[in-house]
Amino acid sequence: MKRNIKIKAGIIVAVILICIYGIVGVPKSKDELIANWRKNIRLGLDLRGGTQLVMEVQLQDAFKAFADTTIERLKDELKKDNIDYSDMTRNEPATLQDADKIEVDIKGVPLAKSSALRSAISESYGEWNLLAVNSTDYKLTMKPTEALKLKHDTMTQTMGTIERKINGLGLAESSVQPTGRSDAEADLLIQLPGVDDSAHVKQVLQTQAVLEWDEVKDGPFQSKEEALSKHGGIMPLNTKLVPSLPRGGQQAWYLVGRSPIVRGTDIRDAHASQGEVGRWETNFVLSQDAAKRFARYTEANIGNRAAIVVDGQVISAPTIQSRISDSGRITGAATQEEAADLGLNLRAGSLPASMVILEERTVGPSLGADSIKEGFRAGTAGLIAVIGFMLFYYRRSGINATLALVLNAVILIAALSYFDATLTLPGIAGVILTIGMAVDSNVLIFERIREELRTGKAVVAAVDAGFSKAFLTIIDTHVTTVVSCAFLFIFGTGPVKGFAVTLVIGLIANLFTAVFVSKTIFDFELSGKQQVTALSI
Amino acid sequence: MPVSKRLNAGATIGYMELFGHTDYDFLGKKWPFIILSLILTAAGLVSLGLRGGPRYGIDFRGGALVTVTFAQRPPVDKVRAALSGKLPQVEVQEQYGKPNDIIGTDVQEGAARQTIIDSLAAAFGQPANGKYNVNSGGVDALAEHLRDPLQAASVPTTDQSLHDLAKNIIDYRTSHSGLIRNLDELSSVAGVTPQVLNVLKQATYPESFAVIGTEVVGPKIGAELQRKAILAVLYALGGMLVYIAFRFEWIYGAAAVIAVFHDTIITLGLFSLFNKEISLTVVAALLTLVGYSMNDTIVTFDRIRENLKILRREAMEPLVNRSVNQTLSRTVLTSGLTLLTALALFLFGGQVLNGFSFALVCGIIVGTYSSVFVASPILIFWHNFLEGRKGPAGIAPVAPKPSATKPGTTPAGSTPGSARRGTAKVK
Repeated sequence: MKRNIKIKAGIIVAVILICIYGIVGVPKSKDELIANWRKNIRLGLDLRGGTQLVMEVQLQDAFKAFADTTIERLKDELKKDNIDYSDMTRNEPATLQDADKIEVDIKGVPLAKSSALRSAISESYGEWNLLAVNSTDYKLTMKPTEALKLKHDTMTQTMGTIERKINGLGLAESSVQPTGRSDAEADLLIQLPGVDDSAHVKQVLQTQAVLEWDEVKDGPFQSKEEALSKHGGIMPLNTKLVPSLPRGGQQAWYLVGRSPIVRGTDIRDAHASQGEVGRWETNFVLSQDAAKRFARYTEANIGNRAAIVVDGQVISAPTIQSRISDSGRITGAATQEEAADLGLNLRAGSLPASMVILEERTVGPSLGADSIKEGFRAGTAGLIAVIGFMLFYYRRSGINATLALVLNAVILIAALSYFDATLTLPGIAGVILTIGMAVDSNVLIFERIREELRTGKAVVAAVDAGFSKAFLTIIDTHVTTVVSCAFLFIFGTGPVKGFAVTLVIGLIANLFTAVFVSKTIFDFELSGKQQVTALSI
Repeated sequence: MPVSKRLNAGATIGYMELFGHTDYDFLGKKWPFIILSLILTAAGLVSLGLRGGPRYGIDFRGGALVTVTFAQRPPVDKVRAALSGKLPQVEVQEQYGKPNDIIGTDVQEGAARQTIIDSLAAAFGQPANGKYNVNSGGVDALAEHLRDPLQAASVPTTDQSLHDLAKNIIDYRTSHSGLIRNLDELSSVAGVTPQVLNVLKQATYPESFAVIGTEVVGPKIGAELQRKAILAVLYALGGMLVYIAFRFEWIYGAAAVIAVFHDTIITLGLFSLFNKEISLTVVAALLTLVGYSMNDTIVTFDRIRENLKILRREAMEPLVNRSVNQTLSRTVLTSGLTLLTALALFLFGGQVLNGFSFALVCGIIVGTYSSVFVASPILIFWHNFLEGRKGPAGIAPVAPKPSATKPGTTPAGSTPGSARRGTAKVK
């Protein structure tokens, strides 16, 4: 009996030590203690202040771009193979859900070339299935496995680019991750601690940074209509109309070549610098391959104009002065920030798809500090009320319950630290609620013991019976709460998940403290005496 | 009151009791309570119906919510007036005990924040005169705006010292509820010499309000969350049903789930009556209640099952009544203690958790009540229903599992007499 208690006490002391180590480590000074506490208890954005964004990656953009590349390559290849066609276009999936319904229509292929087309597609366009619509028209649809792969690649690439953008902005401890919800595969959760004015960050993140150097065919025009009327109402072949970045309320339109000379993916490095007359500009360096193409083009087009287009807007349209090979600059930035942002975005690489903000939550640091203060006050009030009642109502056994309760809270906080969980405001509410629920188990046991005493059992027997009879009830009550927390965890988001986790950990710890620890304390109290005739409960 | 009892085994127990040996005839008087439940449920449903469903917060319906703190809070209707016409569907809510207003709008874009800032600045703001507002932006923005003025005033600065200065000022602002009221306050901040303070006064001004929190939720997320919240509550109820049916009998599960569903509807009704918004955290509270309200019910059911084993001769209704009385003190104590912490949250937990703790407080009270007056009567109704159907032979349909008694078989304890007593009460 006595040895048994020693083993149990040993287990309890070990658990306490492990918990304290998890919360504050082995501090050598008060400062270190506070530092360790801060390090181990990670506060959520709603407590420390910061911005949380949920962005939806418009996957259909990536599918359209992939279809465009396929069309471009296929046109070249069919020309080479002498396969005629009258038209080759893709459809326009409008929403995320339709992304993988991308199709390429190939029309007017002579019957004689049918097998040649088939073999061309199956040889080098394995991502697509070729379907015959009628004797001369065909349709390319994407294979489901390839569509999945493209989705996955797009998400990975997007996360990588966003990470580079965030790092470029110097935002420490930020994170980008999928929201993890099965029906929202295109959603990304971006957490930016310390950012309480998100306008700038959002602008940088949403810039797709697709950079092109285009050949200027004509312009600038005051309006779209003016450009069209000059060309007799029809767009010349292989051109497109691109607006300029609006500055001072003015916008101009340029007629530029359809395929760019250089694309953003060809950029190796980009930085802002102050040019002559103190104007800000962004310098960039091209990759080797692109540099060769660029040099060839600029050499042949000295005196012509080229448009620098970022995300479909002309930033500037300089006249080519000389042969440019691997480096160039983009002028026209209004402020240092604008030039620096462009450099950052070009450096980070272009996003394979545009992004839409679904949700944005910003908590200022002062609001977060208030929440911590209020949470702490509510917790203290709850704890005092509960402990006060237990001591008043159960006397010495109340001390037993209080010890169990305090240990419950310590284990809960240590578990949060060991699991690297984040403490959110609802999480604090979970901790406070756990205090109230934790004593429930003690009450169930104590009331049962009283009842057993009333039937005339001896103290030791009554305590044993009280614990064993209340045990199953306690399991039942805990399981039901855990079940509802599980659904909360599955369906909930962010802070609410934190609440569910906290409550579940608290309840599991409660089984240990209210049953095991509490019983051991009773055993210890009762074992010292020869014959126990009284129990303060 | 403390009671000392001398018991036959020789043990002295001195304890305080809320309820001694109670013998209230809860179930005999069940009808008034059941009618009360029905009235409360109906009132909740009617209120929900009149208002066109629960009043969802922006988590669910999409929209923007901006928390603004004022140096001197203007009257709320002036704030409303300043914003009306600028944004559709503006709601302004004063935060109790703090100089904060929460401004809500249905506009689901981040731009709403800027519109609110501009409108408030026009109505209540200080003249900017081209200066930078120290009550906006973070450390880097402040540092950038101080760099040139400090250099112009030939205050020796490095990148590091500039950053430290800006950080100290922002930290001061954070510890003062996010608002610097007067630049002279800053003279106590490390690094702010009289010379620096002069530069601050020339280059910056303290706006009389600051945005300290923003939430913008798009329509897609809102609709999705709404669907998920309802699913989560239904699944949780289903989970309870299965678990209790597995641990007891299916009718116990059904009774418990009906009771909890009743709690949820009444709590939702109270939200509607008090015109409170349902936010994500409120749903979290409702789900917690689904689990927690179960606890009292389980404690009572456990006792009913135990008594069914011991008191085989007792009729169903007195047995349930006895079980409810036996577990009364622990039902009230456990709920009361959890209610204490929920109350602490409600009173001290602040605005953000207000709806959450309100739901808990209502739910715990209603949940305790329903375990006595809703869940237990259902067991008796079912029992009587089965008896009525099976004829006067009488059965104890909710016998405990361990005794391997199934509904429909006849345990020894149930006599025709008990059946009469059971049915006589139900009119």
